[in-house]
This record gives sequence, structure tokens and C-alpha cells, in this order.
Amino acid sequence: MAGSKPVIPGTYIYDTADGRAGAAMNRMFATLKKPANRAEFTADEAAYCDRHGLSDQQKDAVLRRDWPRMMDLGANLFFMFKLILLDGKNSQSLSAAFTGTTEEEFVRIMVAGGRRFG
Amino acid sequence: MPGGGVLAEIIWGLATSHVPSIGAAMDRGLTQDPYWKPLFDAYEPARRWMAERVPDVAIIVYNDHANAFDLDLVPTFTIGTAARYEVADEGFGRRPVPDVVGAPELSEHLVESLIDDGFDLAIGQDFVVDHGLTVPLSVFCPEPGEAWPCAVVPIVVNVIQYPQPTAARCYALGQAIRRAVATYDQPIRIAVFGTGGMSHQLAGERAGLINPDFDHMFLDAIEHEPAKLTSLTRTDYIREAGSEGIELIMWLVMRGALNERVRGVYRAYHVPASNTAAAVAVFDNT
Repeated sequence: MAGSKPVIPGTYIYDTADGRAGAAMNRMFATLKKPANRAEFTADEAAYCDRHGLSDQQKDAVLRRDWPRMMDLGANLFFMFKLILLDGKNSQSLSAAFTGTTEEEFVRIMVAGGRRFG
Repeated sequence: MPGGGVLAEIIWGLATSHVPSIGAAMDRGLTQDPYWKPLFDAYEPARRWMAERVPDVAIIVYNDHANAFDLDLVPTFTIGTAARYEVADEGFGRRPVPDVVGAPELSEHLVESLIDDGFDLAIGQDFVVDHGLTVPLSVFCPEPGEAWPCAVVPIVVNVIQYPQPTAARCYALGQAIRRAVATYDQPIRIAVFGTGGMSHQLAGERAGLINPDFDHMFLDAIEHEPAKLTSLTRTDYIREAGSEGIELIMWLVMRGALNERVRGVYRAYHVPASNTAAAVAVFDNT
């Protein structure tokens, strides 16, 4: 494996290799800041992904809203967040998806002080 | 004691989280809701203190969140030189706050001084500013009316792609900003904002991470012993403060711009603001 980025359990660290791998996806996410693009995406998500050159694996992850898989395939969190916003969701619902819980439960966990590690 | 007033001086530093939901709470009138009230009550003393010492210019150190810049070109440090920065539409309409007035003469002086001092910054003459910059402005000044009370020089730091600049480099940039301000021949008062943090992580199995021990150590050290923080590696920051908590390196740019010794006038810490440990700290630099 090339690169020297740290490996920290349970943690994504987006680096230049992710940049290369995820370029099409991240560029597509960036277009979702504009209402016209969001409408076009919503009308036919698969076609929108195709027009933006996503790989089949990336398109599949986007269509299924498989956030961990998107990040495995090079999605940058802040760009991916534009799709989360399009879905009317927020950072707590995203974190819930990574921790196998619901948004409501995750909010409760945060209000109780968050999670400790190490 | 304030300086003689002949040259520019940095009068205070602000460290603050820039969580978008903090701005949304203000914009939607939710600050007195039970979820938000503790944080906004905690802002009050800091706001009063800062309101009595409004600067002419705020140098605001922050990161963009996929709003102004994309991933095709990622500068480590970018300084804004515009006369005006439009507030970003981050996907669902811009925040209902004023556009940001720039300080192009100060920007120009900073650019030349910093480049000559060995900092190869990117120079941004036109970009939108997102919550990373406007939420700290709102923490400072919750009701700006038609215009913010000061001009702004934005300094944008890459924290979203590894390798981020080192903590040591961020602190050194701050020190170079101090040297630059010391040779600016307008008698203006400047405040420096370091934004982001504190501990948080949004993705992966460690999503929801909050590390109060690290955060409180950081709050103490940023005032009294910043060298302790500059010796921490990227791995240290990500492991202790979360993948998004590496934003705390931006506080070190602010701290480096202040004097060796500063007086902490206020600090507060509150969990949560969305997924984040929210904090505010103000340092008197006079």
C-alpha cells in the first residue's frame, strides 16, 4: 500500500490516493450545491452518476446511500455531505449510519456527552 | 497596556468552534431552546468583552467545507485579498448574514510579508466564505444588522485532505502574521480568530468521538504552553480529537499571532453542538 498516512481504527483519513479514486464522485457531489443540479439528480440519479463518470461501484454506493462504501471508494466527507443535505439529513444521521444506530439514538448519545475511545 | 497607536496592533484573539448548526440556531431563533441555551448563555461574557473592543479588521483562520474550493487543487494555506467576500450558498440558500467586507490593503501587506518570510501561500482574490468563517463572526457579533462591525482578512487552511499542514507550521504562520502586522504602517486594531474544533469525528466507527481530557488540556496549553501543542503530530490530533478535530491546528495560527504571553479572559466548553465539543476562548493581547 503506497502512502504514509496514519492508520487509526474506525477512522477515515482522506488523502491524495482517495482524491484520485474519488474524483468523479466528489466532483459530482459538488454540483449538488445548485438547485437545478439537485433537481436533475433527483429525476434520474443513475443517469446523473453516469454523466459524471462514476464507476459502477461508486454509482451503486450512491444509489443505495451506502455512506461507508462511498468513503471506502474515495468520497470526501464534506463533499459527500452535499448529498446528505439533499436527502434532508444531517451530520447526526450520517454518524448514526456509521455506528449502526438511529439518528434519534445518536443525538441522545451526543447529548449524554458523546463517545469515548482509548 | 495598549501600544502607542502609531502602527497596527493585534488586540485580542478568539478561539471558537464553527459548527454550522450554531449558525443555524442563531438564524432560526433557537438559541434559547433547551438544547442550545447552555452554549449561547456561555457566549454572553465573551461577547460583551469583545463588543467593548471592536477591531478594525479580523484575520479569520478557518477551513472551507466544499463550498468555495474543490479537490482538484488544494492549497495548504490561502489568504484572501478581496474587497468583499460573498456569503456562500452551501446548498440550501445562504445564511441570512451580511456579506463580508475585506481589507485589501492589509491583505496585500500580509501577502508580501508572509511570502518574503518563507510562507508560500496561495493568493485568493475572489471566493465565497462559508460557515467556517461566518459562524465565528456570528459568535463575535450576533446581531450585525446591515454590516459586520469590522473588515476581514480570511486565511483558509487545508484540514480536509491529508497531509494537512503540521501544527508547528500553523503556529509558525501565526508568528509570521505577527511580524507582518508589526510592520504595517496604518494604526489599525486587529483581532485574530482561530476557528474549528474542538474534538469531533463524523464518520467511521469512532463517529461521535468526544475527548474532554484532550480538549481541556488543549484549552490550557493554547494559552500557557502552545509549544506542547505544536509538538503534536497529525496522528496525535486525529487519534485524540477525531478526524475532524484536526481543525484545532487552526487555533495555533491564531495563537502564534499573539504575544508570547497572553491573558486568557474567558473560556467555555459545551457538549454537544451537533457532533462537536463546542468551545470559546478569548485572549487579551494588549
